[in-house]
Amino acid sequence: MPIDAAQAMAQEIPPLTVAVERGRLAFFAKATGQDDPIYSDVAAAKAAGHPDLPVPPTFFFSLELEQSDPFAWITSLGVDLRTILHGEQSFTYHAMAYAGDELVLQPRIVDVTSKKGGALELVTKKTTITRGDDLIAEARTVLIAQNKGVS
Amino acid sequence: MTALTNVEVGTELPPLVLEPITRTTLALFAGASGDHNPIHIDLDVARSAGLDDVFAHGMLSMAYLARLVTNWVPQERIRSLRTRFVAITPVNAKPTCTGKVVAVDGDEATVELAVTLQDGTTTLTGEAVVALV
Repeated sequence: MPIDAAQAMAQEIPPLTVAVERGRLAFFAKATGQDDPIYSDVAAAKAAGHPDLPVPPTFFFSLELEQSDPFAWITSLGVDLRTILHGEQSFTYHAMAYAGDELVLQPRIVDVTSKKGGALELVTKKTTITRGDDLIAEARTVLIAQNKGVS
Repeated sequence: MTALTNVEVGTELPPLVLEPITRTTLALFAGASGDHNPIHIDLDVARSAGLDDVFAHGMLSMAYLARLVTNWVPQERIRSLRTRFVAITPVNAKPTCTGKVVAVDGDEATVELAVTLQDGTTTLTGEAVVALV
């Protein structure tokens, strides 16, 4: 089913407020084989000059998933989650974030592009991540929905 | 904080050679990353979508690329990190992350990044911009 681009981009996705937890960061470090102790050991992080465990570069993507139905923004467009591929991901960094921070993530769909006669639809979402008035990072995600049977 | 010296176009980052990605790796990453899409962890769901098997999360490989970069410079020096996911990473693949400086502009360097598997398949390409001082 083709995605209604106008509807997608008009969609108001509610902002998400997340508290960054030490345990989550330590688990992420374990799951990604991160052996630098500043990402899992508070004492090591502090010895390296950080106030707490740093949020690692790609974890902002995970913070956005900290909700009961994290893929609602894409499934609400009629997309079957099983058909999705992650096409591109980028982050621009403005300041470090740490365990104990409360961050606000505000996503918005900024583009929907149909390719190969509708067999592929590329959905681009941009998310700003802030702490109070400070911009921490911006994330850009391109998901590719594969419409089988369209060729 | 110390400045990186002798960084020039062509400088290669020490590669990051990973262990093979097992189903356990994927289960742990699903939990730790919050990406519970069953296509990465549930063989039945993968088969229902016409696939032979589950495959790794793209963000797992991107996390490895981030490790490559933070092994080279402190994280606060990373200005941006971008990747394209160009091929699926199958279960039991053994990724290696590489990076090479392709531009130095003042105090910033642009590093071209890639993840390749043992059979030569490139799964991710990308770029990081880092501050050298």
